[in-house]
Amino acid sequence: MGKTMHISIIDYKMSNMFSIKNALDSLGYSSEITSNEKKILSSDGSVLPGVGSFPEAMNHLHKLNLVEVIKEFVISGKPFMGICLGLQLLFNRSEEFESYKGLGIIDGTVEGLSKYPTIDRVPHVGWNTVKINSLTKQNLSYRSSKIRLDNNEYYYFVHSYFVNPENKDDIFTTTKYGGIEFCSSIARDNVFASQFHPEKSGAKGIKLLREFFN
Amino acid sequence: MYRSAFRIIPRLDIKGPNLVKGINLEGLRVLGKPEDFARYYYEQGADELIYQDVVASLYGRNSLHEIISKTAKEIFIPLTVGGGIRSLADISNVLRAGADKVSINTAAHKNQSLISTASKMFGKSTIVVAIEAIKQSNGAYMAFTDNGRNQTSKDVILWAKKVQELGAGEILLTSVDQDGIGKGMDSKLIQEVCNAVTIPIVAHGGIGNPKQVLEIAKEIPVSGVAISSILHYQAISMNINLDSFKDEGNVDFLKSNHIKSQIQVSSINEIKNLLKKNKIQVR
Repeated sequence: MGKTMHISIIDYKMSNMFSIKNALDSLGYSSEITSNEKKILSSDGSVLPGVGSFPEAMNHLHKLNLVEVIKEFVISGKPFMGICLGLQLLFNRSEEFESYKGLGIIDGTVEGLSKYPTIDRVPHVGWNTVKINSLTKQNLSYRSSKIRLDNNEYYYFVHSYFVNPENKDDIFTTTKYGGIEFCSSIARDNVFASQFHPEKSGAKGIKLLREFFN
Repeated sequence: MYRSAFRIIPRLDIKGPNLVKGINLEGLRVLGKPEDFARYYYEQGADELIYQDVVASLYGRNSLHEIISKTAKEIFIPLTVGGGIRSLADISNVLRAGADKVSINTAAHKNQSLISTASKMFGKSTIVVAIEAIKQSNGAYMAFTDNGRNQTSKDVILWAKKVQELGAGEILLTSVDQDGIGKGMDSKLIQEVCNAVTIPIVAHGGIGNPKQVLEIAKEIPVSGVAISSILHYQAISMNINLDSFKDEGNVDFLKSNHIKSQIQVSSINEIKNLLKKNKIQVR
């Protein structure tokens, strides 16, 4: 078969990108942690990781001139994956931080878990299950339809905020925590993004990475 | 009580290139190579791993980084690394080697701004504060450092609230009194700390059999437990560590096959099955 797929891991100085690289390496992909515009745009697939605060992440993306680069990559139609904060950044704005503006690739907002009185532990840390949104299942794009998720599979979460997509068709999976059900991943066209960490979710997570980029 | 799946977290104490295990965090015994045990626990369904550098000298950190990076290349669950982390640069180095979280004790007492700055810089979820508790004669718990050797004069409950305020994402709570003797966890201590804060707590110290895990999981809103002895001895009984001994520490006890009588050797699977049977959610 053709050449090895080359995946860029977008480095905006905010997160632990090494575990994603290790996971992609284990699958035999060639991958590179980079904030270089040309390297990102010429890669065959891209991952936007992220840990930390939304406003600070957006500041870094602006400073590194990566906002337009990410938007351009998404329009290119090549597989694009967001993880954790990398999911949240795709949205219009974060409610919690004075309506701070995000990348605006997916319509919707980012909300805090701590405003729900039934939730007694924040951040939500640990393994939780996903449920596939039946609306989405029928209409999955070619790219995301390759991900073979099962209801009630466990993935690793660590977050204090979650996304609330305006268009419910964008919701790929939901997850229950502390009496609420939140969107735990989205899928649209060539974009898949999850609140959980596939690169830290054991064999199931590694399988998801392989299915999406293959 | 709402909780995601109850986490079973093997804790591996590391000295130089070796996995060691002590009693009351003293008297170290060499068990084998940490990466062999880590691989075995990953295959067994461990939810996370903790590597604790028990010597944590400024020198000889290379072997720790080497162990982290070997582990991170083949094990895709969260890895927390603790021991001797004193600065933002130390955190950055450990994360670069492949850790996902760092656990900090001594440095948090000496320099509280390290926790707040690190939490902003690396994300709250990356920063775990380790609290070592020893019960005082008046019934209160006091926080200690350096594996229970040095007193801080801080009350554990107040300190837990303080580290939450500083931006810690999780607390790793060790009962030094219970550690390594297998008589069960200090449920009073764990309950009190769980009541005092809203960040997740992982409890450590005292598990000698699966039933003791069940008791804690049933009674207390703790997120998980860190376990060493009963898992390590089970792993050894599976001969996972043949040929992996180095010339450090005391290996005689392994040859003599002596395991403390309070310890009921058990695998992660056995523990999870018991929890499942009792309707505790596990992965």
